[in-house]
Amino acid sequence: MADSAPPKPIPPVWTQLGERLTPRRWLGPVALLGPAGLWLLLLLVIPTLLILEISLVPGLRLGQPAGGYGLDNYLQILQPVYLRVMGRSLLFALGSTLLCLGLGFPVAYWLALMSPRRWRNLLLVAFILPLWTSSLLRAYAWITILRSSGVLNTIFQLLSLPPQNWLNTPTAVFIGLTYSFLPYMVLILYASLEKLDLRLLEAAADLGATPRQQFWQITVPQTLPGIAAGSLLVFIAALGDFVVPTLLGGASSMNISRLIYNQFLGPTRAWGFGSALSMVLILAVSLAIALLLKYGDRSTVTETSQ
Amino acid sequence: MASSAKVTWQSLLAATMYGFMYFPIIVLAVYSFNASRYSAGWEGFSLKWYRSLFQDQRIFSALIDSLTIAFVAVGVSAVLGTMMAIGLAKYRFRGKGLYRGVAYLPLIIPDIAIAVATLVFLTSVAVPLSLGTIIVSHIVFCLAYIAVVVSSRLQNLDPNLEEAALDLGANPFQAMVRVLIPQLAPGILAGCLLAFVLSMDDLLISSFTAGGGANPLPLEIFSRVRTGVKPDINALSVVLITASALISGAAEYLRYRSERRQRELG
Repeated sequence: MADSAPPKPIPPVWTQLGERLTPRRWLGPVALLGPAGLWLLLLLVIPTLLILEISLVPGLRLGQPAGGYGLDNYLQILQPVYLRVMGRSLLFALGSTLLCLGLGFPVAYWLALMSPRRWRNLLLVAFILPLWTSSLLRAYAWITILRSSGVLNTIFQLLSLPPQNWLNTPTAVFIGLTYSFLPYMVLILYASLEKLDLRLLEAAADLGATPRQQFWQITVPQTLPGIAAGSLLVFIAALGDFVVPTLLGGASSMNISRLIYNQFLGPTRAWGFGSALSMVLILAVSLAIALLLKYGDRSTVTETSQ
Repeated sequence: MASSAKVTWQSLLAATMYGFMYFPIIVLAVYSFNASRYSAGWEGFSLKWYRSLFQDQRIFSALIDSLTIAFVAVGVSAVLGTMMAIGLAKYRFRGKGLYRGVAYLPLIIPDIAIAVATLVFLTSVAVPLSLGTIIVSHIVFCLAYIAVVVSSRLQNLDPNLEEAALDLGANPFQAMVRVLIPQLAPGILAGCLLAFVLSMDDLLISSFTAGGGANPLPLEIFSRVRTGVKPDINALSVVLITASALISGAAEYLRYRSERRQRELG
Protein backbone atom coordinates (compact mmCIF):
# COMPACT_ATOMS: atom_id res chain seq x y z
CA MET A 1 0.00 0.00 0.00
CA ALA A 2 2.79 2.42 0.86
CA ASP A 3 4.89 0.94 -1.88
CA SER A 4 3.01 2.52 -4.73
CA ALA A 5 3.45 6.12 -3.64
CA PRO A 6 6.63 7.98 -4.61
CA PRO A 7 8.65 9.00 -1.52
CA LYS A 8 9.51 12.58 -0.72
CA PRO A 9 12.54 12.97 1.53
CA ILE A 10 12.05 15.07 4.63
CA PRO A 11 14.03 18.27 4.10
CA PRO A 12 16.53 19.39 6.72
CA VAL A 13 16.30 16.96 9.62
CA TRP A 14 16.95 13.73 7.80
CA THR A 15 19.25 15.44 5.33
CA GLN A 16 17.66 14.09 2.18
CA LEU A 17 19.08 10.69 2.90
CA GLY A 18 16.34 9.16 0.81
CA GLU A 19 17.64 10.88 -2.30
CA ARG A 20 21.17 9.85 -1.69
CA LEU A 21 20.30 6.26 -0.89
CA THR A 22 19.92 5.11 -4.48
CA PRO A 23 19.47 6.76 -7.81
CA ARG A 24 16.02 5.26 -7.87
CA ARG A 25 14.37 6.96 -4.94
CA TRP A 26 11.70 4.39 -4.25
CA LEU A 27 14.10 1.52 -3.50
CA GLY A 28 14.90 2.59 0.08
CA PRO A 29 11.33 3.05 1.28
CA VAL A 30 10.17 -0.13 -0.43
CA ALA A 31 12.98 -2.16 1.12
CA LEU A 32 12.39 -0.74 4.60
CA LEU A 33 8.61 -0.48 4.65
CA GLY A 34 7.63 -3.16 2.14
CA PRO A 35 8.04 -6.37 4.18
CA ALA A 36 6.25 -5.11 7.29
CA GLY A 37 3.59 -3.45 5.12
CA LEU A 38 2.96 -6.66 3.23
CA TRP A 39 2.70 -8.59 6.49
CA LEU A 40 0.19 -6.14 7.92
CA LEU A 41 -1.77 -6.08 4.68
CA LEU A 42 -2.05 -9.87 4.61
CA LEU A 43 -2.66 -10.54 8.29
CA LEU A 44 -4.42 -7.43 9.53
CA VAL A 45 -6.00 -5.34 6.77
CA ILE A 46 -7.38 -8.12 4.56
CA PRO A 47 -8.61 -10.20 7.54
CA THR A 48 -10.43 -7.17 8.99
CA LEU A 49 -12.06 -6.42 5.63
CA LEU A 50 -12.97 -10.10 5.45
CA ILE A 51 -14.85 -10.07 8.76
CA LEU A 52 -16.56 -6.88 7.65
CA GLU A 53 -17.73 -8.81 4.60
CA ILE A 54 -18.91 -11.94 6.40
CA SER A 55 -20.61 -9.83 9.08
CA LEU A 56 -22.91 -8.80 6.23
CA VAL A 57 -23.83 -12.40 5.38
CA PRO A 58 -26.88 -13.29 7.48
CA GLY A 59 -26.74 -16.47 9.51
CA LEU A 60 -23.33 -17.54 8.26
CA ARG A 61 -22.18 -20.70 9.98
CA LEU A 62 -19.03 -22.70 9.45
CA GLY A 63 -19.49 -25.35 6.80
CA GLN A 64 -22.78 -24.03 5.47
CA PRO A 65 -23.31 -22.35 2.11
CA ALA A 66 -23.57 -18.59 2.39
CA GLY A 67 -26.65 -16.66 1.28
CA GLY A 68 -26.88 -13.07 0.05
CA TYR A 69 -25.84 -9.93 1.90
CA GLY A 70 -27.94 -8.27 4.59
CA LEU A 71 -27.83 -6.52 7.93
CA ASP A 72 -29.48 -9.34 9.90
CA ASN A 73 -26.34 -10.07 11.95
CA TYR A 74 -26.29 -6.49 13.18
CA LEU A 75 -30.02 -6.48 13.83
CA GLN A 76 -29.58 -9.64 15.90
CA ILE A 77 -27.43 -7.61 18.32
CA LEU A 78 -30.53 -5.50 19.05
CA GLN A 79 -32.30 -8.46 20.64
CA PRO A 80 -32.75 -7.82 24.38
CA VAL A 81 -30.50 -10.68 25.44
CA TYR A 82 -27.59 -9.31 23.38
CA LEU A 83 -28.32 -5.69 24.23
CA ARG A 84 -27.93 -6.69 27.87
CA VAL A 85 -24.48 -8.10 27.01
CA MET A 86 -23.55 -4.80 25.30
CA GLY A 87 -24.83 -2.81 28.27
CA ARG A 88 -22.92 -5.01 30.70
CA SER A 89 -19.70 -4.62 28.67
CA LEU A 90 -20.10 -0.83 28.77
CA LEU A 91 -20.86 -0.93 32.48
CA PHE A 92 -17.75 -3.04 33.21
CA ALA A 93 -15.61 -0.69 31.13
CA LEU A 94 -17.06 2.54 32.58
CA GLY A 95 -17.06 1.28 36.16
CA SER A 96 -13.48 0.05 36.06
CA THR A 97 -12.38 3.29 34.36
CA LEU A 98 -13.90 5.36 37.18
CA LEU A 99 -12.40 3.06 39.81
CA CYS A 100 -8.96 3.29 38.17
CA LEU A 101 -9.25 7.08 37.98
CA GLY A 102 -10.42 7.43 41.59
CA LEU A 103 -7.77 5.09 42.97
CA GLY A 104 -5.03 5.96 40.51
CA PHE A 105 -5.12 9.75 40.76
CA PRO A 106 -4.02 9.95 44.42
CA VAL A 107 -1.24 7.43 43.76
CA ALA A 108 0.00 9.34 40.70
CA TYR A 109 -0.29 12.64 42.61
CA TRP A 110 1.68 11.26 45.50
CA LEU A 111 4.31 9.77 43.17
CA ALA A 112 4.71 12.91 41.08
CA LEU A 113 4.57 15.58 43.76
CA MET A 114 5.01 14.14 47.23
CA SER A 115 7.17 11.01 47.11
CA PRO A 116 10.85 11.30 48.06
CA ARG A 117 12.61 12.56 44.95
CA ARG A 118 15.47 10.07 45.20
CA TRP A 119 13.17 7.07 45.12
CA ARG A 120 10.60 8.46 42.69
CA ASN A 121 11.65 6.51 39.57
CA LEU A 122 12.03 3.31 41.50
CA LEU A 123 8.62 3.76 43.16
CA LEU A 124 6.97 4.33 39.79
CA VAL A 125 8.62 1.23 38.34
CA ALA A 126 7.53 -0.76 41.39
CA PHE A 127 3.92 0.23 40.80
CA ILE A 128 3.87 -0.83 37.15
CA LEU A 129 6.02 -3.93 37.63
CA PRO A 130 3.03 -6.32 37.95
CA LEU A 131 2.15 -5.43 34.33
CA TRP A 132 5.10 -7.55 33.26
CA THR A 133 3.61 -10.69 34.75
CA SER A 134 1.03 -12.81 32.99
CA SER A 135 -2.41 -11.16 32.96
CA LEU A 136 -3.93 -14.62 33.05
CA LEU A 137 -2.13 -15.53 36.26
CA ARG A 138 -2.90 -12.17 37.87
CA ALA A 139 -6.60 -12.76 37.22
CA TYR A 140 -6.26 -16.32 38.46
CA ALA A 141 -4.73 -15.08 41.72
CA TRP A 142 -8.01 -13.32 42.52
CA ILE A 143 -9.86 -16.66 42.43
CA THR A 144 -7.82 -17.77 45.44
CA ILE A 145 -8.65 -14.51 47.18
CA LEU A 146 -12.33 -14.12 46.32
CA ARG A 147 -13.75 -17.66 46.43
CA SER A 148 -16.04 -18.41 49.34
CA SER A 149 -13.36 -20.33 51.27
CA GLY A 150 -10.75 -17.85 50.06
CA VAL A 151 -8.25 -15.49 51.61
CA LEU A 152 -10.64 -12.53 51.79
CA ASN A 153 -13.27 -14.42 53.76
CA THR A 154 -10.60 -15.77 56.09
CA ILE A 155 -9.61 -12.17 56.79
CA PHE A 156 -13.26 -11.09 57.13
CA GLN A 157 -13.82 -13.92 59.60
CA LEU A 158 -10.90 -12.72 61.73
CA LEU A 159 -12.42 -9.23 61.72
CA SER A 160 -15.86 -10.76 62.45
CA LEU A 161 -17.26 -9.32 59.26
CA PRO A 162 -19.95 -11.24 57.37
CA PRO A 163 -18.49 -13.50 54.64
CA GLN A 164 -18.94 -12.37 51.04
CA ASN A 165 -19.49 -14.51 48.00
CA TRP A 166 -17.92 -12.28 45.38
CA LEU A 167 -16.42 -14.82 42.99
CA ASN A 168 -18.55 -15.26 39.85
CA THR A 169 -20.31 -11.93 40.38
CA PRO A 170 -19.85 -8.56 38.64
CA THR A 171 -18.10 -7.31 41.81
CA ALA A 172 -15.23 -9.72 41.12
CA VAL A 173 -15.07 -8.47 37.52
CA PHE A 174 -14.79 -4.84 38.70
CA ILE A 175 -12.03 -5.78 41.14
CA GLY A 176 -10.17 -7.81 38.52
CA LEU A 177 -10.43 -5.17 35.78
CA THR A 178 -9.36 -2.38 38.13
CA TYR A 179 -6.43 -4.47 39.27
CA SER A 180 -5.42 -5.24 35.67
CA PHE A 181 -5.48 -1.68 34.34
CA LEU A 182 -4.65 0.54 37.33
CA PRO A 183 -0.92 0.66 36.46
CA TYR A 184 -1.67 2.10 33.00
CA MET A 185 -3.79 4.84 34.57
CA VAL A 186 -1.12 5.69 37.16
CA LEU A 187 1.59 5.76 34.49
CA ILE A 188 -0.31 8.19 32.26
CA LEU A 189 -1.49 10.42 35.12
CA TYR A 190 2.04 10.50 36.51
CA ALA A 191 3.42 11.73 33.16
CA SER A 192 0.78 14.45 33.22
CA LEU A 193 1.19 15.48 36.87
CA GLU A 194 4.97 15.55 36.55
CA LYS A 195 4.63 18.43 34.11
CA LEU A 196 2.34 20.38 36.41
CA ASP A 197 3.46 23.99 36.77
CA LEU A 198 3.97 24.32 40.52
CA ARG A 199 4.30 28.12 40.27
CA LEU A 200 0.62 28.28 39.43
CA LEU A 201 -0.21 26.48 42.66
CA GLU A 202 2.06 28.81 44.63
CA ALA A 203 0.52 31.84 42.99
CA ALA A 204 -2.95 30.56 43.80
CA ALA A 205 -1.94 29.93 47.40
CA ASP A 206 -0.50 33.46 47.64
CA LEU A 207 -3.77 34.82 46.36
CA GLY A 208 -5.63 32.99 49.10
CA ALA A 209 -6.94 29.87 47.37
CA THR A 210 -7.68 26.98 49.69
CA PRO A 211 -5.99 23.63 48.92
CA ARG A 212 -9.34 22.36 47.69
CA GLN A 213 -9.70 25.31 45.30
CA GLN A 214 -6.12 24.86 44.12
CA PHE A 215 -6.78 21.22 43.37
CA TRP A 216 -10.04 21.66 41.47
CA GLN A 217 -9.18 24.91 39.71
CA ILE A 218 -5.52 24.34 38.84
CA THR A 219 -4.32 20.75 39.25
CA VAL A 220 -7.33 19.08 37.65
CA PRO A 221 -7.67 21.42 34.63
CA GLN A 222 -3.90 21.25 34.03
CA THR A 223 -3.93 17.44 34.03
CA LEU A 224 -7.22 17.06 32.15
CA PRO A 225 -5.54 15.79 28.95
CA GLY A 226 -3.80 13.09 30.98
CA ILE A 227 -7.03 12.21 32.74
CA ALA A 228 -8.77 11.90 29.36
CA ALA A 229 -5.97 9.80 27.88
CA GLY A 230 -5.74 7.46 30.88
CA SER A 231 -9.49 7.05 31.15
CA LEU A 232 -9.98 6.25 27.48
CA LEU A 233 -7.12 3.77 27.42
CA VAL A 234 -8.45 1.93 30.48
CA PHE A 235 -11.95 2.07 28.98
CA ILE A 236 -10.77 0.49 25.72
CA ALA A 237 -8.74 -2.20 27.46
CA ALA A 238 -11.58 -3.08 29.84
CA LEU A 239 -14.19 -3.09 27.07
CA GLY A 240 -12.34 -5.76 25.11
CA ASP A 241 -11.12 -7.82 28.06
CA PHE A 242 -11.80 -11.53 28.00
CA VAL A 243 -9.78 -13.14 30.76
CA VAL A 244 -11.15 -11.28 33.80
CA PRO A 245 -14.88 -11.65 33.03
CA THR A 246 -14.36 -15.32 32.15
CA LEU A 247 -12.29 -16.35 35.16
CA LEU A 248 -13.83 -14.10 37.82
CA GLY A 249 -17.28 -13.23 36.50
CA GLY A 250 -18.76 -16.65 35.86
CA ALA A 251 -21.89 -17.23 33.82
CA SER A 252 -23.55 -14.00 34.96
CA SER A 253 -20.82 -11.77 33.49
CA MET A 254 -21.06 -12.44 29.77
CA ASN A 255 -19.50 -9.50 27.94
CA ILE A 256 -18.88 -8.75 24.27
CA SER A 257 -15.47 -10.46 24.08
CA ARG A 258 -16.83 -13.65 25.61
CA LEU A 259 -19.83 -13.54 23.30
CA ILE A 260 -17.55 -13.22 20.26
CA TYR A 261 -15.34 -16.04 21.58
CA ASN A 262 -18.39 -18.30 21.91
CA GLN A 263 -19.51 -17.61 18.33
CA PHE A 264 -16.19 -18.90 17.01
CA LEU A 265 -14.80 -21.41 19.48
CA GLY A 266 -18.03 -22.34 21.29
CA PRO A 267 -20.74 -24.71 20.12
CA THR A 268 -22.77 -22.16 18.09
CA ARG A 269 -20.23 -21.46 15.34
CA ALA A 270 -22.22 -18.47 14.11
CA TRP A 271 -19.37 -16.76 12.30
CA GLY A 272 -21.51 -14.08 10.69
CA PHE A 273 -22.97 -12.94 14.02
CA GLY A 274 -19.55 -13.16 15.68
CA SER A 275 -18.04 -10.99 12.95
CA ALA A 276 -20.81 -8.40 13.35
CA LEU A 277 -20.10 -8.27 17.11
CA SER A 278 -16.41 -7.92 16.35
CA MET A 279 -17.08 -5.00 13.99
CA VAL A 280 -19.20 -3.31 16.67
CA LEU A 281 -16.34 -3.71 19.16
CA ILE A 282 -13.84 -2.25 16.67
CA LEU A 283 -16.25 0.62 16.00
CA ALA A 284 -16.65 1.34 19.73
CA VAL A 285 -12.89 1.35 20.23
CA SER A 286 -12.34 3.58 17.17
CA LEU A 287 -14.91 6.01 18.57
CA ALA A 288 -13.03 6.12 21.87
CA ILE A 289 -9.74 6.67 20.00
CA ALA A 290 -11.29 9.49 17.99
CA LEU A 291 -12.34 11.11 21.27
CA LEU A 292 -8.85 10.59 22.67
CA LEU A 293 -7.21 12.23 19.68
CA LYS A 294 -9.64 15.11 19.82
CA TYR A 295 -9.59 15.84 23.56
CA GLY A 296 -6.63 13.91 24.96
CA ASP A 297 -3.02 14.93 25.21
CA ARG A 298 -1.30 12.92 22.50
CA SER A 299 2.17 13.55 23.84
CA THR A 300 1.20 11.97 27.15
CA VAL A 301 0.07 8.83 25.40
CA THR A 302 3.12 8.43 23.21
CA GLU A 303 5.50 9.18 26.05
CA THR A 304 4.02 6.59 28.35
CA SER A 305 3.72 3.93 25.69
CA GLN A 306 7.50 3.78 25.47
CA MET B 1 6.59 19.77 48.36
CA ALA B 2 5.50 18.14 51.58
CA SER B 3 8.21 16.90 53.85
CA SER B 4 8.70 13.20 53.46
CA ALA B 5 8.58 12.61 57.21
CA LYS B 6 4.96 13.74 57.46
CA VAL B 7 2.45 10.97 56.92
CA THR B 8 -0.28 12.34 54.71
CA TRP B 9 -3.51 10.69 53.63
CA GLN B 10 -2.16 10.58 50.09
CA SER B 11 0.85 8.57 51.15
CA LEU B 12 -1.35 6.22 53.17
CA LEU B 13 -3.62 5.70 50.19
CA ALA B 14 -0.62 5.20 47.91
CA ALA B 15 0.75 2.58 50.31
CA THR B 16 -2.63 0.84 50.31
CA MET B 17 -2.63 0.76 46.51
CA TYR B 18 0.88 -0.69 46.46
CA GLY B 19 -0.51 -3.36 48.78
CA PHE B 20 -3.42 -3.91 46.38
CA MET B 21 -1.01 -4.40 43.47
CA TYR B 22 1.19 -6.91 45.27
CA PHE B 23 -1.34 -8.73 47.46
CA PRO B 24 -2.50 -11.23 44.76
CA ILE B 25 1.09 -12.02 43.81
CA ILE B 26 2.01 -12.64 47.45
CA VAL B 27 -1.08 -14.84 47.89
CA LEU B 28 -0.08 -16.95 44.88
CA ALA B 29 3.43 -17.34 46.22
CA VAL B 30 2.33 -18.27 49.74
CA TYR B 31 -0.28 -20.78 48.56
CA SER B 32 2.15 -22.47 46.22
CA PHE B 33 3.87 -23.76 49.38
CA ASN B 34 0.65 -24.75 51.15
CA ALA B 35 0.22 -28.48 51.70
CA SER B 36 -3.58 -28.29 51.41
CA ARG B 37 -5.29 -28.51 48.06
CA TYR B 38 -8.68 -27.04 48.91
CA SER B 39 -8.61 -25.14 52.17
CA ALA B 40 -7.72 -21.49 52.39
CA GLY B 41 -6.10 -22.26 55.72
CA TRP B 42 -2.43 -22.99 56.12
CA GLU B 43 -1.76 -26.71 56.50
CA GLY B 44 1.99 -26.74 56.55
CA PHE B 45 4.86 -26.03 54.24
CA SER B 46 5.23 -28.31 51.26
CA LEU B 47 7.08 -28.43 47.98
CA LYS B 48 4.77 -31.05 46.51
CA TRP B 49 3.14 -28.65 44.02
CA TYR B 50 6.53 -27.76 42.65
CA ARG B 51 7.37 -31.44 42.42
CA SER B 52 4.19 -32.23 40.50
CA LEU B 53 4.78 -29.17 38.32
CA PHE B 54 8.26 -30.22 37.30
CA GLN B 55 7.04 -33.73 36.50
CA ASP B 56 4.19 -32.38 34.38
CA GLN B 57 4.94 -33.22 30.75
CA ARG B 58 2.01 -31.21 29.38
CA ILE B 59 3.14 -28.03 31.10
CA PHE B 60 6.69 -28.60 29.90
CA SER B 61 5.72 -29.11 26.25
CA ALA B 62 3.35 -26.11 26.47
CA LEU B 63 6.24 -24.01 27.75
CA ILE B 64 8.42 -25.20 24.85
CA ASP B 65 5.63 -24.24 22.41
CA SER B 66 5.33 -20.79 23.98
CA LEU B 67 9.06 -20.16 23.97
CA THR B 68 9.33 -21.27 20.32
CA ILE B 69 6.51 -18.93 19.33
CA ALA B 70 7.90 -16.01 21.30
CA PHE B 71 11.49 -16.35 20.11
CA VAL B 72 10.64 -16.76 16.42
CA ALA B 73 7.93 -14.07 16.42
CA VAL B 74 10.12 -11.58 18.29
CA GLY B 75 13.15 -12.38 16.12
CA VAL B 76 11.29 -11.72 12.88
CA SER B 77 9.51 -8.69 14.35
CA ALA B 78 12.77 -7.17 15.56
CA VAL B 79 14.01 -7.00 11.96
CA LEU B 80 10.73 -5.99 10.33
CA GLY B 81 9.73 -3.58 13.11
CA THR B 82 13.08 -1.81 13.18
CA MET B 83 13.09 -1.46 9.40
CA MET B 84 9.57 -0.09 9.55
CA ALA B 85 10.42 2.44 12.26
CA ILE B 86 13.49 3.65 10.32
CA GLY B 87 11.49 3.84 7.10
CA LEU B 88 8.74 5.82 8.77
CA ALA B 89 11.25 8.25 10.27
CA LYS B 90 13.18 8.74 7.03
CA TYR B 91 10.69 9.02 4.26
CA ARG B 92 7.66 11.02 3.46
CA PHE B 93 5.19 9.57 0.99
CA ARG B 94 1.56 9.64 0.13
CA GLY B 95 -0.38 7.31 2.41
CA LYS B 96 2.19 7.49 5.21
CA GLY B 97 -0.49 8.43 7.71
CA LEU B 98 -2.52 5.41 6.65
CA TYR B 99 0.54 3.13 6.82
CA ARG B 100 1.40 4.34 10.30
CA GLY B 101 -2.20 4.07 11.42
CA VAL B 102 -2.49 0.46 10.24
CA ALA B 103 0.90 -0.42 11.75
CA TYR B 104 -0.13 0.78 15.21
CA LEU B 105 -3.64 -0.69 15.02
CA PRO B 106 -2.68 -3.85 16.96
CA LEU B 107 -1.78 -1.66 19.96
CA ILE B 108 -5.34 -0.41 20.15
CA ILE B 109 -7.74 -2.97 18.69
CA PRO B 110 -8.84 -5.60 21.23
CA ASP B 111 -7.10 -8.95 20.87
CA ILE B 112 -10.38 -10.73 20.31
CA ALA B 113 -11.05 -8.71 17.14
CA ILE B 114 -7.59 -9.45 15.74
CA ALA B 115 -7.95 -13.12 16.72
CA VAL B 116 -11.32 -13.47 14.98
CA ALA B 117 -10.10 -11.74 11.82
CA THR B 118 -6.98 -13.90 11.64
CA LEU B 119 -8.97 -17.11 12.10
CA VAL B 120 -11.46 -16.15 9.38
CA PHE B 121 -8.64 -15.21 7.02
CA LEU B 122 -6.64 -18.40 7.62
CA THR B 123 -9.77 -20.50 7.14
CA SER B 124 -10.71 -18.71 3.93
CA VAL B 125 -7.30 -19.34 2.39
CA ALA B 126 -7.40 -22.90 3.77
CA VAL B 127 -4.15 -22.71 5.74
CA PRO B 128 -4.13 -25.48 8.36
CA LEU B 129 -3.78 -24.11 11.90
CA SER B 130 -0.52 -24.98 13.63
CA LEU B 131 2.38 -23.58 15.60
CA GLY B 132 3.34 -21.72 12.42
CA THR B 133 0.04 -19.87 12.17
CA ILE B 134 0.37 -18.74 15.81
CA ILE B 135 3.84 -17.38 15.07
CA VAL B 136 2.68 -15.59 11.93
CA SER B 137 -0.18 -13.90 13.79
CA HIS B 138 1.98 -13.00 16.81
CA ILE B 139 4.35 -11.16 14.47
CA VAL B 140 1.53 -8.69 13.70
CA PHE B 141 1.40 -7.29 17.24
CA CYS B 142 5.08 -7.87 18.11
CA LEU B 143 5.96 -5.79 15.04
CA ALA B 144 3.78 -2.92 16.20
CA TYR B 145 5.17 -2.80 19.74
CA ILE B 146 8.79 -2.99 18.60
CA ALA B 147 8.20 -0.28 15.98
CA VAL B 148 6.66 2.05 18.61
CA VAL B 149 9.57 1.64 21.01
CA VAL B 150 12.19 2.02 18.27
CA SER B 151 10.41 5.06 16.80
CA SER B 152 10.48 6.86 20.10
CA ARG B 153 14.21 6.28 20.33
CA LEU B 154 14.76 7.41 16.73
CA GLN B 155 13.25 10.78 17.59
CA ASN B 156 16.02 11.43 20.09
CA LEU B 157 18.90 10.45 17.82
CA ASP B 158 21.47 12.73 16.30
CA PRO B 159 21.04 12.47 12.48
CA ASN B 160 24.46 14.05 11.99
CA LEU B 161 26.25 10.83 12.90
CA GLU B 162 24.76 8.94 9.99
CA GLU B 163 25.39 11.95 7.77
CA ALA B 164 29.03 11.96 8.88
CA ALA B 165 29.39 8.26 8.05
CA LEU B 166 28.05 8.94 4.56
CA ASP B 167 30.44 11.88 4.13
CA LEU B 168 33.32 9.63 5.16
CA GLY B 169 32.50 7.25 2.36
CA ALA B 170 30.21 4.66 3.93
CA ASN B 171 27.45 3.46 1.66
CA PRO B 172 23.89 3.91 2.96
CA PHE B 173 23.65 0.27 4.00
CA GLN B 174 26.91 0.46 5.97
CA ALA B 175 25.79 3.73 7.53
CA MET B 176 22.58 2.09 8.69
CA VAL B 177 24.08 -1.12 10.02
CA ARG B 178 27.25 0.33 11.59
CA VAL B 179 26.00 3.71 12.83
CA LEU B 180 22.24 3.83 13.10
CA ILE B 181 21.50 0.29 14.36
CA PRO B 182 24.05 0.38 17.24
CA GLN B 183 22.52 3.66 18.41
CA LEU B 184 19.08 2.08 18.26
CA ALA B 185 20.14 -1.12 20.00
CA PRO B 186 18.79 -0.30 23.49
CA GLY B 187 15.44 0.64 21.97
CA ILE B 188 15.30 -2.50 19.84
CA LEU B 189 16.15 -4.64 22.86
CA ALA B 190 13.54 -2.93 25.05
CA GLY B 191 10.94 -3.39 22.32
CA CYS B 192 11.87 -7.06 21.97
CA LEU B 193 11.49 -7.65 25.70
CA LEU B 194 8.06 -6.05 25.67
CA ALA B 195 7.00 -8.07 22.62
CA PHE B 196 8.38 -11.25 24.17
CA VAL B 197 6.36 -10.79 27.35
CA LEU B 198 3.21 -10.00 25.37
CA SER B 199 3.70 -13.03 23.14
CA MET B 200 4.20 -15.33 26.14
CA ASP B 201 1.08 -13.82 27.73
CA ASP B 202 -1.23 -13.99 24.72
CA LEU B 203 -4.28 -16.19 25.18
CA LEU B 204 -6.85 -15.05 22.62
CA ILE B 205 -4.85 -14.82 19.39
CA SER B 206 -3.18 -18.15 20.17
CA SER B 207 -6.53 -19.79 20.98
CA PHE B 208 -7.93 -18.79 17.61
CA THR B 209 -4.88 -19.70 15.53
CA ALA B 210 -3.63 -22.85 17.32
CA GLY B 211 -6.03 -25.44 15.98
CA GLY B 212 -5.07 -28.85 17.35
CA GLY B 213 -1.47 -28.49 16.29
CA ALA B 214 -0.06 -26.52 19.20
CA ASN B 215 -0.80 -25.85 22.83
CA PRO B 216 1.08 -22.81 24.16
CA LEU B 217 1.29 -22.20 27.89
CA PRO B 218 -1.53 -19.62 28.30
CA LEU B 219 -3.96 -22.05 26.64
CA GLU B 220 -2.90 -24.85 28.96
CA ILE B 221 -3.16 -22.61 32.03
CA PHE B 222 -6.53 -21.24 30.93
CA SER B 223 -8.04 -24.67 30.34
CA ARG B 224 -6.92 -25.74 33.83
CA VAL B 225 -7.91 -22.70 35.90
CA ARG B 226 -11.32 -22.26 34.23
CA THR B 227 -12.62 -24.85 36.63
CA GLY B 228 -11.13 -23.33 39.79
CA VAL B 229 -7.97 -23.24 41.85
CA LYS B 230 -5.13 -25.61 40.92
CA PRO B 231 -2.22 -25.56 43.38
CA ASP B 232 0.35 -26.65 40.80
CA ILE B 233 -0.65 -23.60 38.74
CA ASN B 234 0.21 -21.54 41.84
CA ALA B 235 3.68 -23.05 41.73
CA LEU B 236 3.88 -22.37 37.99
CA SER B 237 2.83 -18.75 38.63
CA VAL B 238 5.68 -18.27 41.07
CA VAL B 239 8.18 -19.68 38.57
CA LEU B 240 6.84 -17.50 35.74
CA ILE B 241 6.54 -14.36 37.87
CA THR B 242 10.13 -14.79 39.01
CA ALA B 243 11.19 -15.14 35.36
CA SER B 244 9.23 -12.09 34.25
CA ALA B 245 10.53 -10.09 37.22
CA LEU B 246 14.05 -10.81 35.97
CA ILE B 247 13.10 -9.83 32.40
CA SER B 248 11.31 -6.66 33.49
CA GLY B 249 14.18 -5.77 35.80
CA ALA B 250 16.51 -6.04 32.82
CA ALA B 251 14.18 -3.94 30.68
CA GLU B 252 13.78 -1.20 33.26
CA TYR B 253 17.54 -1.18 33.82
CA LEU B 254 18.14 -0.78 30.08
CA ARG B 255 15.67 2.06 29.91
CA TYR B 256 17.18 3.74 32.94
CA ARG B 257 20.70 3.43 31.51
CA SER B 258 19.78 4.76 28.08
CA GLU B 259 17.86 7.64 29.65
CA ARG B 260 20.83 8.52 31.78
CA ARG B 261 23.15 8.35 28.79
CA GLN B 262 20.85 10.59 26.83
CA ARG B 263 20.76 13.05 29.71
CA GLU B 264 24.55 13.03 29.88
CA LEU B 265 24.83 13.62 26.15
CA GLY B 266 22.24 16.32 25.94
